[in-house]
Amino acid sequence: MTTVTTETGSPKRRLGDLVFANLTRGAGLTILVALAGVAIFLTVEGAPALGAKSADLKGHANFLSYVAPLVFGTLLAAVIALIIALPLALGVALAVSHFAPRRVALVIGYMVDLLAAVPSVVYGLWGIGVLGPRLIPVYAWLAQHVGWFPLFAGPASNTGRTILTAGIVLAIMVLPIITAITREIFTQTPRLNEEAALALGATRWEMVRLAVLPYGRSGIVSASMLGLGRALGETMAVALVLSASGVVSLNLISSTNPSTIAANIALTFADSTGLQRNALIASGLVLFVITFAVNFGARAIVSRYESGSKA
Amino acid sequence: MAKSIDVSDLNIYYGDFLAVEGVNMTITARSVTALIGPSGCGKSTFLRTLNRMHEVIPGARVEGKVLIDGQSLYDSNVDPVEVRRMVGMVFQRPNPFPTMSIYENVLAGLRLNNKRLSKSEADNVVEKSLQQANLWNEVKDRLNKPGMGLSGGQQQRLCIARAISVEPQVLLMDEPCSALDPISTSAVEDLIHELKEQYTIVIVTHNMQQAARVSEDTAFFNLAGAGKPGRLVEMNPTKKIFSVPDEEATEAYISGRFG
Repeated sequence: MTTVTTETGSPKRRLGDLVFANLTRGAGLTILVALAGVAIFLTVEGAPALGAKSADLKGHANFLSYVAPLVFGTLLAAVIALIIALPLALGVALAVSHFAPRRVALVIGYMVDLLAAVPSVVYGLWGIGVLGPRLIPVYAWLAQHVGWFPLFAGPASNTGRTILTAGIVLAIMVLPIITAITREIFTQTPRLNEEAALALGATRWEMVRLAVLPYGRSGIVSASMLGLGRALGETMAVALVLSASGVVSLNLISSTNPSTIAANIALTFADSTGLQRNALIASGLVLFVITFAVNFGARAIVSRYESGSKA
Repeated sequence: MAKSIDVSDLNIYYGDFLAVEGVNMTITARSVTALIGPSGCGKSTFLRTLNRMHEVIPGARVEGKVLIDGQSLYDSNVDPVEVRRMVGMVFQRPNPFPTMSIYENVLAGLRLNNKRLSKSEADNVVEKSLQQANLWNEVKDRLNKPGMGLSGGQQQRLCIARAISVEPQVLLMDEPCSALDPISTSAVEDLIHELKEQYTIVIVTHNMQQAARVSEDTAFFNLAGAGKPGRLVEMNPTKKIFSVPDEEATEAYISGRFG
Protein backbone atom coordinates (compact mmCIF):
# COMPACT_ATOMS: atom_id res chain seq x y z
CA MET A 1 0.00 0.00 0.00
CA THR A 2 2.80 2.35 0.78
CA THR A 3 4.74 1.58 -2.35
CA VAL A 4 2.24 3.26 -4.66
CA THR A 5 2.73 7.02 -4.51
CA THR A 6 0.55 8.98 -6.84
CA GLU A 7 2.25 12.08 -8.11
CA THR A 8 -0.58 14.50 -7.57
CA GLY A 9 1.88 17.23 -6.65
CA SER A 10 3.73 17.21 -9.95
CA PRO A 11 1.65 15.62 -12.71
CA LYS A 12 3.40 15.00 -15.98
CA ARG A 13 3.39 18.19 -18.02
CA ARG A 14 2.37 17.55 -21.57
CA LEU A 15 3.94 19.75 -24.22
CA GLY A 16 0.57 20.57 -25.84
CA ASP A 17 -0.92 21.73 -22.55
CA LEU A 18 2.12 23.81 -21.81
CA VAL A 19 2.08 25.56 -25.18
CA PHE A 20 -1.64 26.19 -25.03
CA ALA A 21 -1.55 27.49 -21.47
CA ASN A 22 1.20 29.95 -22.31
CA LEU A 23 -0.51 31.07 -25.51
CA THR A 24 -3.75 31.89 -23.68
CA ARG A 25 -1.82 33.52 -20.83
CA GLY A 26 0.01 35.63 -23.39
CA ALA A 27 -3.26 36.65 -25.05
CA GLY A 28 -4.65 37.73 -21.70
CA LEU A 29 -1.53 39.69 -20.84
CA THR A 30 -1.55 41.46 -24.21
CA ILE A 31 -4.86 43.08 -23.31
CA LEU A 32 -3.46 44.35 -20.03
CA VAL A 33 -0.28 45.64 -21.68
CA ALA A 34 -2.25 47.43 -24.40
CA LEU A 35 -4.57 49.01 -21.87
CA ALA A 36 -1.71 50.07 -19.63
CA GLY A 37 0.17 51.45 -22.63
CA VAL A 38 -2.81 53.60 -23.61
CA ALA A 39 -3.28 54.84 -20.06
CA ILE A 40 0.42 55.69 -19.67
CA PHE A 41 0.55 57.47 -23.03
CA LEU A 42 -2.53 59.55 -22.20
CA THR A 43 -1.22 60.46 -18.76
CA VAL A 44 2.32 61.35 -19.83
CA GLU A 45 1.30 63.31 -22.92
CA GLY A 46 -1.67 64.94 -21.22
CA ALA A 47 0.07 66.00 -18.01
CA PRO A 48 1.64 69.22 -19.36
CA ALA A 49 -1.84 70.51 -20.25
CA LEU A 50 -2.69 70.82 -16.58
CA GLY A 51 -0.40 73.84 -16.42
CA ALA A 52 -1.51 75.27 -19.75
CA LYS A 53 -2.54 78.91 -20.03
CA SER A 54 -5.54 80.40 -21.78
CA ALA A 55 -3.64 81.08 -24.99
CA ASP A 56 -3.38 77.35 -25.61
CA LEU A 57 -6.88 76.49 -24.43
CA LYS A 58 -9.11 78.50 -26.74
CA GLY A 59 -9.43 81.23 -24.15
CA HIS A 60 -10.24 79.00 -21.18
CA ALA A 61 -8.54 79.93 -17.91
CA ASN A 62 -7.36 76.42 -17.09
CA PHE A 63 -7.68 72.87 -18.26
CA LEU A 64 -10.68 72.12 -16.07
CA SER A 65 -12.82 74.86 -17.54
CA TYR A 66 -11.63 73.78 -20.98
CA VAL A 67 -12.65 70.17 -20.62
CA ALA A 68 -15.83 70.62 -18.55
CA PRO A 69 -18.09 71.73 -21.44
CA LEU A 70 -16.74 68.87 -23.56
CA VAL A 71 -17.53 66.35 -20.84
CA PHE A 72 -20.98 67.86 -20.55
CA GLY A 73 -21.57 67.60 -24.31
CA THR A 74 -20.26 64.04 -24.41
CA LEU A 75 -22.55 62.90 -21.63
CA LEU A 76 -25.54 64.83 -23.01
CA ALA A 77 -25.25 63.32 -26.49
CA ALA A 78 -24.74 59.82 -25.09
CA VAL A 79 -27.65 60.09 -22.67
CA ILE A 80 -29.98 61.39 -25.41
CA ALA A 81 -28.89 58.46 -27.55
CA LEU A 82 -29.55 55.99 -24.76
CA ILE A 83 -32.95 57.45 -23.90
CA ILE A 84 -34.04 57.08 -27.51
CA ALA A 85 -32.33 53.78 -28.24
CA LEU A 86 -33.15 51.76 -25.12
CA PRO A 87 -36.96 51.57 -25.42
CA LEU A 88 -36.64 51.02 -29.17
CA ALA A 89 -34.06 48.28 -28.70
CA LEU A 90 -36.12 46.53 -26.03
CA GLY A 91 -39.15 46.72 -28.31
CA VAL A 92 -37.26 45.22 -31.23
CA ALA A 93 -35.69 42.54 -29.03
CA LEU A 94 -39.07 41.54 -27.58
CA ALA A 95 -40.69 41.55 -31.00
CA VAL A 96 -37.97 39.30 -32.35
CA SER A 97 -37.86 36.97 -29.36
CA HIS A 98 -41.52 36.71 -28.36
CA PHE A 99 -44.02 38.44 -30.59
CA ALA A 100 -43.24 38.38 -34.29
CA PRO A 101 -43.74 35.23 -36.37
CA ARG A 102 -40.46 33.42 -36.76
CA ARG A 103 -39.74 34.47 -40.36
CA VAL A 104 -40.47 38.13 -39.77
CA ALA A 105 -38.38 37.97 -36.61
CA LEU A 106 -35.43 36.56 -38.54
CA VAL A 107 -35.61 39.34 -41.12
CA ILE A 108 -35.86 42.05 -38.46
CA GLY A 109 -32.95 40.47 -36.60
CA TYR A 110 -30.74 40.52 -39.72
CA MET A 111 -31.72 44.10 -40.47
CA VAL A 112 -30.76 45.29 -37.01
CA ASP A 113 -27.45 43.43 -37.22
CA LEU A 114 -26.83 45.10 -40.57
CA LEU A 115 -27.17 48.50 -38.90
CA ALA A 116 -24.04 47.61 -36.95
CA ALA A 117 -22.10 47.06 -40.17
CA VAL A 118 -22.69 50.59 -41.52
CA PRO A 119 -19.52 52.69 -41.07
CA SER A 120 -19.94 55.62 -38.71
CA VAL A 121 -18.90 58.14 -41.35
CA VAL A 122 -21.90 57.06 -43.39
CA TYR A 123 -24.15 57.73 -40.42
CA GLY A 124 -22.54 61.14 -40.13
CA LEU A 125 -23.20 61.96 -43.78
CA TRP A 126 -26.76 60.70 -43.47
CA GLY A 127 -27.21 62.86 -40.39
CA ILE A 128 -26.06 66.00 -42.21
CA GLY A 129 -27.63 65.31 -45.57
CA VAL A 130 -30.90 63.60 -44.74
CA LEU A 131 -31.89 63.61 -41.10
CA GLY A 132 -30.82 67.14 -40.15
CA PRO A 133 -32.71 69.02 -42.91
CA ARG A 134 -35.82 66.88 -42.30
CA LEU A 135 -35.76 67.84 -38.62
CA ILE A 136 -35.60 71.62 -39.19
CA PRO A 137 -39.41 72.06 -39.27
CA VAL A 138 -39.75 69.78 -36.25
CA TYR A 139 -37.33 71.91 -34.29
CA ALA A 140 -39.11 75.07 -35.39
CA TRP A 141 -42.41 73.61 -34.21
CA LEU A 142 -40.90 72.52 -30.89
CA ALA A 143 -39.38 75.96 -30.29
CA GLN A 144 -42.69 77.63 -31.03
CA HIS A 145 -45.03 75.38 -29.04
CA VAL A 146 -43.01 73.86 -26.21
CA GLY A 147 -40.38 76.58 -26.01
CA TRP A 148 -41.21 77.09 -22.31
CA PHE A 149 -39.58 73.73 -21.66
CA PRO A 150 -35.82 74.36 -21.19
CA LEU A 151 -34.78 71.49 -23.45
CA PHE A 152 -36.61 73.06 -26.40
CA ALA A 153 -36.01 76.74 -25.63
CA GLY A 154 -34.78 77.55 -29.15
CA PRO A 155 -34.20 79.57 -31.19
CA ALA A 156 -34.42 76.61 -33.51
CA SER A 157 -31.42 75.72 -35.62
CA ASN A 158 -31.58 76.53 -39.34
CA THR A 159 -29.37 73.65 -40.32
CA GLY A 160 -30.74 70.88 -38.13
CA ARG A 161 -27.18 70.13 -36.96
CA THR A 162 -28.09 70.14 -33.28
CA ILE A 163 -27.12 67.99 -30.35
CA LEU A 164 -30.52 66.31 -30.60
CA THR A 165 -29.82 65.30 -34.20
CA ALA A 166 -26.45 63.97 -33.10
CA GLY A 167 -28.19 62.09 -30.30
CA ILE A 168 -30.67 60.53 -32.72
CA VAL A 169 -27.87 59.43 -35.06
CA LEU A 170 -26.00 57.98 -32.09
CA ALA A 171 -29.18 56.21 -30.96
CA ILE A 172 -29.41 54.42 -34.30
CA MET A 173 -25.76 53.48 -34.04
CA VAL A 174 -26.05 51.94 -30.57
CA LEU A 175 -29.38 50.26 -31.37
CA PRO A 176 -27.83 47.07 -32.82
CA ILE A 177 -25.60 46.33 -29.85
CA ILE A 178 -28.35 46.83 -27.27
CA THR A 179 -30.83 44.86 -29.39
CA ALA A 180 -28.45 41.98 -29.98
CA ILE A 181 -27.63 41.50 -26.31
CA THR A 182 -31.16 41.90 -24.95
CA ARG A 183 -32.58 39.68 -27.68
CA GLU A 184 -30.14 36.97 -26.74
CA ILE A 185 -31.11 37.23 -23.07
CA PHE A 186 -34.83 37.31 -23.79
CA THR A 187 -34.74 34.16 -25.89
CA GLN A 188 -32.97 32.40 -23.02
CA THR A 189 -35.81 33.05 -20.59
CA PRO A 190 -36.59 29.66 -19.03
CA ARG A 191 -39.67 28.13 -20.63
CA LEU A 192 -40.77 27.13 -17.13
CA ASN A 193 -40.99 30.74 -15.96
CA GLU A 194 -42.94 31.79 -19.02
CA GLU A 195 -45.38 28.95 -18.58
CA ALA A 196 -45.78 29.77 -14.90
CA ALA A 197 -47.00 33.21 -15.91
CA LEU A 198 -49.21 31.97 -18.75
CA ALA A 199 -50.80 29.29 -16.57
CA LEU A 200 -51.79 31.98 -14.08
CA GLY A 201 -53.75 33.66 -16.83
CA ALA A 202 -51.19 36.20 -17.98
CA THR A 203 -51.60 37.82 -21.37
CA ARG A 204 -48.53 37.87 -23.58
CA TRP A 205 -47.48 41.27 -22.35
CA GLU A 206 -48.07 40.27 -18.73
CA MET A 207 -46.00 37.16 -19.33
CA VAL A 208 -43.19 39.37 -20.63
CA ARG A 209 -43.49 41.58 -17.57
CA LEU A 210 -43.61 38.71 -15.09
CA ALA A 211 -41.08 36.34 -16.57
CA VAL A 212 -39.02 37.79 -19.41
CA LEU A 213 -38.08 41.27 -18.21
CA PRO A 214 -37.10 40.25 -14.65
CA TYR A 215 -34.99 37.45 -16.06
CA GLY A 216 -33.31 39.82 -18.51
CA ARG A 217 -32.79 42.66 -16.05
CA SER A 218 -29.03 42.34 -15.68
CA GLY A 219 -28.68 41.82 -19.41
CA ILE A 220 -30.64 44.98 -20.10
CA VAL A 221 -28.37 46.96 -17.79
CA SER A 222 -25.16 45.65 -19.27
CA ALA A 223 -26.47 46.12 -22.82
CA SER A 224 -27.34 49.74 -22.04
CA MET A 225 -23.94 50.35 -20.57
CA LEU A 226 -22.19 48.88 -23.59
CA GLY A 227 -24.39 51.08 -25.77
CA LEU A 228 -23.58 54.08 -23.61
CA GLY A 229 -19.89 53.27 -23.93
CA ARG A 230 -20.14 53.23 -27.69
CA ALA A 231 -22.10 56.48 -27.74
CA LEU A 232 -19.57 58.18 -25.48
CA GLY A 233 -16.64 57.29 -27.69
CA GLU A 234 -18.28 57.72 -31.08
CA THR A 235 -16.32 60.28 -33.03
CA MET A 236 -16.96 60.55 -36.73
CA ALA A 237 -20.73 60.80 -36.81
CA VAL A 238 -20.82 63.44 -34.10
CA ALA A 239 -17.94 65.40 -35.64
CA LEU A 240 -19.83 65.56 -38.92
CA VAL A 241 -23.32 66.19 -37.65
CA LEU A 242 -22.85 68.56 -34.77
CA SER A 243 -22.29 72.26 -35.31
CA ALA A 244 -20.51 72.79 -32.03
CA SER A 245 -19.58 75.98 -30.28
CA GLY A 246 -18.38 74.67 -26.96
CA VAL A 247 -21.16 76.05 -24.77
CA VAL A 248 -22.78 74.37 -21.79
CA SER A 249 -26.47 74.35 -22.60
CA LEU A 250 -29.39 72.00 -22.16
CA ASN A 251 -31.05 73.57 -25.16
CA LEU A 252 -31.27 70.61 -27.54
CA ILE A 253 -32.47 72.32 -30.70
CA SER A 254 -30.48 75.53 -31.09
CA SER A 255 -27.53 76.20 -33.37
CA THR A 256 -25.13 76.67 -30.46
CA ASN A 257 -24.31 73.24 -29.12
CA PRO A 258 -21.82 71.74 -26.74
CA SER A 259 -19.16 69.65 -28.44
CA THR A 260 -18.07 66.19 -27.39
CA ILE A 261 -14.57 65.12 -26.39
CA ALA A 262 -14.09 62.68 -29.24
CA ALA A 263 -15.44 65.01 -31.91
CA ASN A 264 -13.38 67.89 -30.56
CA ILE A 265 -10.21 65.84 -30.80
CA ALA A 266 -11.00 64.70 -34.32
CA LEU A 267 -11.78 68.19 -35.54
CA THR A 268 -8.89 70.10 -33.97
CA PHE A 269 -6.04 67.65 -33.52
CA ALA A 270 -4.52 68.09 -36.99
CA ASP A 271 -4.13 71.85 -36.55
CA SER A 272 -2.99 71.78 -32.96
CA THR A 273 0.54 72.33 -31.71
CA GLY A 274 2.43 72.11 -28.44
CA LEU A 275 0.29 72.51 -25.36
CA GLN A 276 -2.93 72.53 -27.40
CA ARG A 277 -2.09 69.02 -28.43
CA ASN A 278 -1.36 68.06 -24.82
CA ALA A 279 -4.72 69.47 -23.79
CA LEU A 280 -6.49 67.36 -26.42
CA ILE A 281 -4.70 64.25 -25.23
CA ALA A 282 -5.59 65.08 -21.64
CA SER A 283 -9.25 65.39 -22.69
CA GLY A 284 -8.84 61.95 -24.22
CA LEU A 285 -7.69 60.71 -20.83
CA VAL A 286 -10.84 62.18 -19.29
CA LEU A 287 -12.96 60.27 -21.81
CA PHE A 288 -10.99 57.12 -21.08
CA VAL A 289 -11.74 57.51 -17.38
CA ILE A 290 -15.44 58.17 -18.02
CA THR A 291 -15.92 55.07 -20.18
CA PHE A 292 -14.00 53.06 -17.61
CA ALA A 293 -16.27 54.33 -14.87
CA VAL A 294 -19.37 53.50 -16.93
CA ASN A 295 -18.16 49.96 -17.45
CA PHE A 296 -17.34 49.47 -13.80
CA GLY A 297 -20.69 50.92 -12.83
CA ALA A 298 -22.40 48.45 -15.15
CA ARG A 299 -20.48 45.55 -13.64
CA ALA A 300 -21.42 46.63 -10.15
CA ILE A 301 -25.11 46.95 -11.02
CA VAL A 302 -25.16 43.62 -12.84
CA SER A 303 -23.48 41.73 -10.02
CA ARG A 304 -25.83 43.29 -7.48
CA TYR A 305 -28.87 42.21 -9.49
CA GLU A 306 -27.49 38.74 -9.94
CA SER A 307 -26.78 38.19 -6.27
CA GLY A 308 -30.24 39.62 -5.54
CA SER A 309 -32.04 37.13 -7.74
CA LYS A 310 -29.98 34.16 -6.61
CA ALA A 311 -30.12 34.74 -2.88
CA MET B 1 -67.02 26.42 -7.12
CA ALA B 2 -65.38 23.22 -8.30
CA LYS B 3 -66.50 22.04 -11.70
CA SER B 4 -66.68 18.84 -13.65
CA ILE B 5 -64.94 18.35 -16.98
CA ASP B 6 -66.27 16.54 -20.04
CA VAL B 7 -63.94 15.65 -22.86
CA SER B 8 -65.26 14.22 -26.09
CA ASP B 9 -63.42 12.98 -29.19
CA LEU B 10 -60.35 15.04 -28.46
CA ASN B 11 -57.49 14.83 -30.97
CA ILE B 12 -54.33 16.68 -30.04
CA TYR B 13 -51.78 17.74 -32.63
CA TYR B 14 -48.29 19.19 -32.74
CA GLY B 15 -48.34 20.67 -36.21
CA ASP B 16 -49.27 17.74 -38.44
CA PHE B 17 -48.28 15.15 -35.88
CA LEU B 18 -51.22 13.56 -34.11
CA ALA B 19 -50.01 13.11 -30.54
CA VAL B 20 -53.16 11.95 -28.75
CA GLU B 21 -56.21 10.47 -30.41
CA GLY B 22 -59.88 10.23 -29.61
CA VAL B 23 -60.04 10.90 -25.88
CA ASN B 24 -63.43 10.66 -24.19
CA MET B 25 -63.42 11.31 -20.48
CA THR B 26 -65.59 12.63 -17.69
CA ILE B 27 -63.88 14.09 -14.66
CA THR B 28 -65.97 14.44 -11.52
CA ALA B 29 -66.07 17.66 -9.59
CA ARG B 30 -64.34 17.77 -6.17
CA SER B 31 -62.36 14.63 -6.74
CA VAL B 32 -58.86 13.69 -7.73
CA THR B 33 -58.33 12.09 -11.11
CA ALA B 34 -54.94 10.55 -11.83
CA LEU B 35 -53.52 10.14 -15.33
CA ILE B 36 -50.99 7.31 -15.60
CA GLY B 37 -49.14 5.67 -18.45
CA PRO B 38 -45.67 5.29 -19.95
CA SER B 39 -43.55 8.27 -20.97
CA GLY B 40 -44.52 9.87 -24.24
CA CYS B 41 -48.05 8.50 -24.23
CA GLY B 42 -49.61 11.96 -24.09
CA LYS B 43 -50.75 12.33 -20.47
CA SER B 44 -49.09 15.70 -20.01
CA THR B 45 -50.12 16.81 -23.46
CA PHE B 46 -53.71 15.90 -22.64
CA LEU B 47 -53.51 17.68 -19.29
CA ARG B 48 -52.33 20.84 -20.98
CA THR B 49 -55.35 20.90 -23.25
CA LEU B 50 -57.57 21.29 -20.18
CA ASN B 51 -56.37 24.85 -19.63
CA ARG B 52 -55.34 25.64 -23.20
CA MET B 53 -51.66 25.65 -22.33
CA HIS B 54 -51.11 23.17 -25.15
CA GLU B 55 -51.52 25.85 -27.79
CA VAL B 56 -48.69 27.93 -26.30
CA ILE B 57 -46.33 25.71 -28.29
CA PRO B 58 -46.10 26.96 -31.90
CA GLY B 59 -48.16 24.82 -34.26
CA ALA B 60 -49.96 22.95 -31.49
CA ARG B 61 -53.74 22.59 -31.85
CA VAL B 62 -56.66 20.38 -30.89
CA GLU B 63 -59.85 18.99 -32.43
CA GLY B 64 -62.83 17.97 -30.38
CA LYS B 65 -64.56 19.26 -27.32
CA VAL B 66 -63.63 20.07 -23.75
CA LEU B 67 -66.51 21.23 -21.57
CA ILE B 68 -66.12 22.59 -18.08
CA ASP B 69 -69.57 22.61 -16.47
CA GLY B 70 -71.08 22.74 -19.92
CA GLN B 71 -68.96 25.67 -21.11
CA SER B 72 -66.81 24.76 -24.09
CA LEU B 73 -63.17 25.75 -23.70
CA TYR B 74 -62.40 25.86 -27.38
CA ASP B 75 -65.25 28.03 -28.65
CA SER B 76 -63.95 30.80 -30.84
CA ASN B 77 -65.23 33.46 -28.44
CA VAL B 78 -63.46 31.96 -25.42
CA ASP B 79 -60.32 33.80 -24.38
CA PRO B 80 -57.54 31.34 -23.41
CA VAL B 81 -56.38 33.84 -20.81
CA GLU B 82 -59.77 33.59 -19.08
CA VAL B 83 -59.61 29.80 -19.22
CA ARG B 84 -56.24 29.79 -17.50
CA ARG B 85 -57.53 32.03 -14.75
CA MET B 86 -60.26 29.47 -14.11
CA VAL B 87 -58.05 26.38 -14.40
CA GLY B 88 -54.86 26.58 -12.37
CA MET B 89 -51.76 24.56 -13.06
CA VAL B 90 -48.77 23.21 -11.12
CA PHE B 91 -45.75 22.07 -13.11
CA GLN B 92 -43.33 19.21 -13.01
CA ARG B 93 -40.54 21.31 -11.60
CA PRO B 94 -41.19 24.10 -9.11
CA ASN B 95 -41.16 27.42 -10.94
CA PRO B 96 -41.61 30.37 -8.60
CA PHE B 97 -40.81 33.70 -10.22
CA PRO B 98 -37.10 34.05 -9.47
CA THR B 99 -37.02 37.77 -8.77
CA MET B 100 -40.09 37.88 -6.55
CA SER B 101 -40.42 37.40 -2.82
CA ILE B 102 -42.52 34.59 -1.36
CA TYR B 103 -45.23 37.15 -0.66
CA GLU B 104 -45.28 38.53 -4.20
CA ASN B 105 -45.17 35.06 -5.72
CA VAL B 106 -48.41 34.13 -3.99
CA LEU B 107 -50.04 37.35 -5.14
CA ALA B 108 -48.80 37.20 -8.74
CA GLY B 109 -52.04 35.75 -10.08
CA LEU B 110 -54.26 38.25 -8.30
CA ARG B 111 -52.14 41.15 -9.45
CA LEU B 112 -52.71 39.95 -13.01
CA ASN B 113 -56.44 40.17 -12.55
CA ASN B 114 -55.88 43.89 -12.11
CA LYS B 115 -57.38 43.82 -8.68
CA ARG B 116 -56.41 46.71 -6.49
CA LEU B 117 -55.73 44.96 -3.22
CA SER B 118 -55.45 46.79 0.05
CA LYS B 119 -52.53 45.77 2.22
CA SER B 120 -54.76 43.90 4.66
CA GLU B 121 -56.62 42.05 1.88
CA ALA B 122 -53.30 41.07 0.33
CA ASP B 123 -52.00 39.87 3.70
CA ASN B 124 -55.14 37.78 4.15
CA VAL B 125 -54.88 36.15 0.73
CA VAL B 126 -51.21 35.35 1.27
CA GLU B 127 -51.83 33.82 4.69
CA LYS B 128 -54.86 31.85 3.56
CA SER B 129 -53.20 30.49 0.42
CA LEU B 130 -49.99 29.56 2.21
CA GLN B 131 -51.96 27.88 4.96
CA GLN B 132 -53.96 25.90 2.42
CA ALA B 133 -50.67 24.87 0.86
CA ASN B 134 -49.31 23.80 4.28
CA LEU B 135 -46.45 26.21 3.93
CA TRP B 136 -47.46 29.06 6.21
CA ASN B 137 -45.71 27.87 9.35
CA GLU B 138 -42.46 27.37 7.52
CA VAL B 139 -42.29 30.75 5.80
CA LYS B 140 -44.38 33.18 7.84
CA ASP B 141 -41.26 34.85 9.26
CA ARG B 142 -39.57 35.37 5.91
CA LEU B 143 -42.34 36.33 3.51
CA ASN B 144 -40.18 39.02 1.95
CA LYS B 145 -37.32 36.68 1.13
CA PRO B 146 -36.98 35.42 -2.48
CA GLY B 147 -39.05 32.36 -3.33
CA MET B 148 -35.99 30.72 -4.85
CA GLY B 149 -34.40 30.50 -1.41
CA LEU B 150 -36.81 27.74 -0.35
CA SER B 151 -36.16 24.03 -0.67
CA GLY B 152 -37.56 22.19 -3.68
CA GLY B 153 -40.56 20.84 -1.79
CA GLN B 154 -41.30 24.23 -0.29
CA GLN B 155 -40.99 25.86 -3.71
CA GLN B 156 -43.48 23.39 -5.12
CA ARG B 157 -45.94 24.12 -2.29
CA LEU B 158 -45.35 27.82 -2.95
CA CYS B 159 -46.35 27.22 -6.56
CA ILE B 160 -49.47 25.43 -5.35
CA ALA B 161 -50.25 28.40 -3.09
CA ARG B 162 -49.76 30.70 -6.07
CA ALA B 163 -52.11 28.59 -8.17
CA ILE B 164 -54.89 28.42 -5.57
CA SER B 165 -54.65 32.08 -4.48
CA VAL B 166 -56.84 33.02 -7.45
CA GLU B 167 -59.40 30.38 -6.39
CA PRO B 168 -59.53 28.43 -9.65
CA GLN B 169 -62.31 25.94 -10.42
CA VAL B 170 -59.92 23.21 -11.42
CA LEU B 171 -56.32 22.46 -10.47
CA LEU B 172 -54.08 20.62 -12.92
CA MET B 173 -50.89 19.01 -11.64
CA ASP B 174 -48.25 17.77 -14.05
CA GLU B 175 -46.10 15.29 -12.12
CA PRO B 176 -45.92 17.71 -9.19
CA CYS B 177 -43.74 15.42 -7.07
CA SER B 178 -41.30 14.10 -9.65
CA ALA B 179 -38.57 16.53 -8.54
CA LEU B 180 -39.21 16.10 -4.81
CA ASP B 181 -37.87 13.83 -2.10
CA PRO B 182 -40.22 11.38 -0.31
CA ILE B 183 -40.92 13.70 2.62
CA SER B 184 -41.85 16.64 0.42
CA THR B 185 -43.86 14.26 -1.75
CA SER B 186 -45.83 13.14 1.24
CA ALA B 187 -46.46 16.77 2.20
CA VAL B 188 -47.79 17.53 -1.27
CA GLU B 189 -49.96 14.39 -1.25
CA ASP B 190 -51.50 15.38 2.09
CA LEU B 191 -52.17 18.73 0.55
CA ILE B 192 -53.92 17.16 -2.42
CA HIS B 193 -56.20 15.31 -0.02
CA GLU B 194 -57.19 18.57 1.61
CA LEU B 195 -57.57 20.51 -1.60
CA LYS B 196 -60.04 18.11 -3.20
CA GLU B 197 -62.67 19.32 -0.73
CA GLN B 198 -62.72 22.51 -2.76
CA TYR B 199 -61.16 21.87 -6.11
CA THR B 200 -61.43 19.47 -8.99
CA ILE B 201 -57.93 18.07 -9.32
CA VAL B 202 -56.33 16.30 -12.26
CA ILE B 203 -52.86 14.92 -11.63
CA VAL B 204 -50.36 13.31 -13.97
CA THR B 205 -48.04 10.89 -12.22
CA HIS B 206 -45.47 8.24 -13.02
CA ASN B 207 -45.73 6.89 -9.53
CA MET B 208 -48.42 4.20 -9.38
CA GLN B 209 -48.49 4.15 -5.59
CA GLN B 210 -49.10 7.85 -5.67
CA ALA B 211 -52.01 7.44 -8.06
CA ALA B 212 -53.43 4.76 -5.79
CA ARG B 213 -52.97 6.91 -2.70
CA VAL B 214 -54.40 10.21 -3.85
CA SER B 215 -56.97 9.61 -6.55
CA GLU B 216 -60.62 8.58 -6.78
CA ASP B 217 -60.46 7.82 -10.49
CA THR B 218 -57.55 6.76 -12.66
CA ALA B 219 -57.12 7.03 -16.41
CA PHE B 220 -54.54 4.87 -18.15
CA PHE B 221 -52.99 6.23 -21.34
CA ASN B 222 -50.87 4.20 -23.71
CA LEU B 223 -49.38 4.29 -27.18
CA ALA B 224 -51.10 2.09 -29.71
CA GLY B 225 -47.62 1.24 -30.99
CA ALA B 226 -44.31 2.92 -31.83
CA GLY B 227 -44.96 6.09 -33.83
CA LYS B 228 -48.70 5.82 -33.31
CA PRO B 229 -50.66 8.42 -31.31
CA GLY B 230 -51.36 7.99 -27.62
CA ARG B 231 -54.87 7.09 -26.53
CA LEU B 232 -56.94 6.60 -23.44
CA VAL B 233 -57.01 2.86 -22.75
CA GLU B 234 -59.18 2.73 -19.68
CA MET B 235 -60.70 5.01 -17.10
CA ASN B 236 -62.23 3.60 -13.93
CA PRO B 237 -62.39 4.15 -10.19
CA THR B 238 -58.86 3.85 -8.83
CA LYS B 239 -59.76 0.85 -6.65
CA LYS B 240 -60.99 -1.05 -9.66
CA ILE B 241 -58.04 -0.12 -11.86
CA PHE B 242 -55.57 -1.36 -9.30
CA SER B 243 -57.45 -4.61 -8.54
CA VAL B 244 -59.51 -5.78 -11.48
CA PRO B 245 -58.92 -3.53 -14.49
CA ASP B 246 -61.05 -4.03 -17.58
CA GLU B 247 -58.15 -4.08 -19.98
CA GLU B 248 -55.28 -6.50 -20.17
CA ALA B 249 -52.88 -3.66 -21.10
CA THR B 250 -53.74 -1.78 -17.92
CA GLU B 251 -53.02 -4.77 -15.76
CA ALA B 252 -49.75 -5.41 -17.58
CA TYR B 253 -48.63 -1.83 -17.01
CA ILE B 254 -49.67 -1.66 -13.37
CA SER B 255 -48.13 -4.98 -12.45
CA GLY B 256 -44.88 -4.03 -14.17
CA ARG B 257 -45.19 -6.47 -17.06
CA PHE B 258 -45.29 -3.57 -19.45
CA GLY B 259 -43.47 -3.61 -22.76
